[in-house]
Amino acid sequence: MNQQQRKNCQNRIFNYFHQWWFRVILCCTIVFLYAPIIVLVIFSFNDSRRNVTWHGFTFKYYEKAIHNNNLIEAFLNSLSIAFFNTVFSLILGTLTALLLWRFRFSYKSVYEGIILVPIIIPEICIGIALLVFFNLCGWPNDLPWPLNLSKITCAHILFSFPFVAVIIRARLAKFNLDQEEAALDLGANHKQIFKNVLFPHLKPALIVSSLLAFTLSLDDFVITFFMSGPETTTVPIKIYSMVRFSVTPEVNAASTILLLITIVLAAIAIWIQRGWAKEVEKS
Amino acid sequence: MNRSILQLKGISKNYGTLEAIKEIDLNIFEGEFFSIIGPSGCGKTTLLRVLAGFEITDSGSLYIENINMQNVPPNKRPINMVFQSYALFPHMNVLDNVAFGLRVDGVARGEQTQLVKSMLSLVKLSGLENRLPHQLSGGQLQRVALARALIKKPRVLLLDEPLSALDAKLRNEMRQELIRLQKSLGITFILVTHDQQEALSMADRIAVMNDGTIQQVASPSYLYEFPSNKFVADFIGSINFIECQLSEIDGDVFKFITKISKDAFTVEGNKSLRIGQDCWLGIRPEKISFKDSYVVNPHHNKLSGVVTNITYFGQASMYHVEVTGEKTATINVMENHSQRSSYTTNKVGDSVVLCWSTESISVFTS
Repeated sequence: MNQQQRKNCQNRIFNYFHQWWFRVILCCTIVFLYAPIIVLVIFSFNDSRRNVTWHGFTFKYYEKAIHNNNLIEAFLNSLSIAFFNTVFSLILGTLTALLLWRFRFSYKSVYEGIILVPIIIPEICIGIALLVFFNLCGWPNDLPWPLNLSKITCAHILFSFPFVAVIIRARLAKFNLDQEEAALDLGANHKQIFKNVLFPHLKPALIVSSLLAFTLSLDDFVITFFMSGPETTTVPIKIYSMVRFSVTPEVNAASTILLLITIVLAAIAIWIQRGWAKEVEKS
Repeated sequence: MNRSILQLKGISKNYGTLEAIKEIDLNIFEGEFFSIIGPSGCGKTTLLRVLAGFEITDSGSLYIENINMQNVPPNKRPINMVFQSYALFPHMNVLDNVAFGLRVDGVARGEQTQLVKSMLSLVKLSGLENRLPHQLSGGQLQRVALARALIKKPRVLLLDEPLSALDAKLRNEMRQELIRLQKSLGITFILVTHDQQEALSMADRIAVMNDGTIQQVASPSYLYEFPSNKFVADFIGSINFIECQLSEIDGDVFKFITKISKDAFTVEGNKSLRIGQDCWLGIRPEKISFKDSYVVNPHHNKLSGVVTNITYFGQASMYHVEVTGEKTATINVMENHSQRSSYTTNKVGDSVVLCWSTESISVFTS
């Protein structure tokens, strides 16, 4: 088959793309998925207290959101939780992945399964379980900032680190063990091998998984809801409480900012992962 | 030359109940191009990994320049290895890959670059310093792997099937290149391969391995002409085996009766055989020739049969001749086309007489 024939064949297989009903379904799906989000963003610029009709363009509510101290505090909380969550999840997840990759021990597959459980369990269950757990062990509630965030951070680490472990483990599976032996053969010690051979190999996975852990933590609502107190609100919790009073464009503005951060981080993660896929293809 | 650099004494390695290598004794000389060949699973790669230090042996001892290397880890041995997969570091460019061994040894940056430059020009890779491995061709990857190992100035360089990933033309080129490098650097090379052509064309000496043991160690031509047992004869090149029984011994002349057709063959030599013993006579296809039945030299052995098939190779043809008597056997005969001709001398279905000189026979007891 030459290039042209292959192209024709592909066209024939996918040519329902050119049929009207397929395009209608596609459009409907996209509208259904993204219209609410687009409306949210547009109405964050709405010059009206009530969020129902369009009264003109303004940045007023962004200004208002930025000057809302409670909201800023929630943002700081969210960012600190996300930061600590990322650091600890990365360490725990990487160590778990290395353990599962490097060693053979009895009941390893059971252990491997248990690690993944927090990904599957409904968040509401984890939330209630942790609420009960922290009450039972008498975790102090009146710690100074940022230690008062420790409960939420612990909860976030619980569901973030399995994702990190899965990503790092997948990357480790692609490691050519000959490289380790080659480095050893060339005179490197184990520390040098980790630093110069294994770590560079893991780098893209480390970046991707840390971005994932960060965004998971940033927009988690259900589990955080059970852990947070008056001093420890995060952005999603804060926005939720604002909505309960009234849906003003300020809520939209805060949501848009959160959305933007998440999209940017996800885009970076996808972009890095693409480069990594290309590299694997070539080697 | 002939100063021993690497000595193995009774080396054994088991994987559970599987004996990968059994009681290996081997002596490898300084500056020699040594090759280890054998079928897959014969233990040749295990032996190489024992030399590199990746495998801990169960018994025996290993000396490099008379120093016991038994408990020396791979990163402290004066040995480097070229891996079958090359195992280049994909995130480092050519320069950093080659410099790796120097960097972990703490060689100064300037000196590193100097040494890498000269090494790259030796393997003809100058100008590619900044390329990443995935931007290189198979042959170039091979050269980088070589340069990376050679820059450590090892006493012994191990090569694990280094040419298996290259296409035929490139492989030939790299063979010459490896020989050139080995001769110019004077480093002992140990090449592990399953490809006998590779070993025969490159090595000074070859060890043939089978089933975890070394069958024979000899120069390529000696190995081909005087294989010490049936396995070696069969593994190196192609050979016909004729099942025989020893019927007479007259001084140095042994007389065999073939079990195929009851023809008698004579072999001269000095062998400890007894009358009535079952033997295999081994004879290479190119050492057999077709003769008109009336001009057979009395010193030649002869056997008659019918051509059943001809395989044409261009420079030569292989005739498959069926010899029928009490048993049926196929003897392969290689005939070189030394003259230009569009036809071969014999055709399928022709009755032919095969003959060969008594010196070209090897006798194996099974």
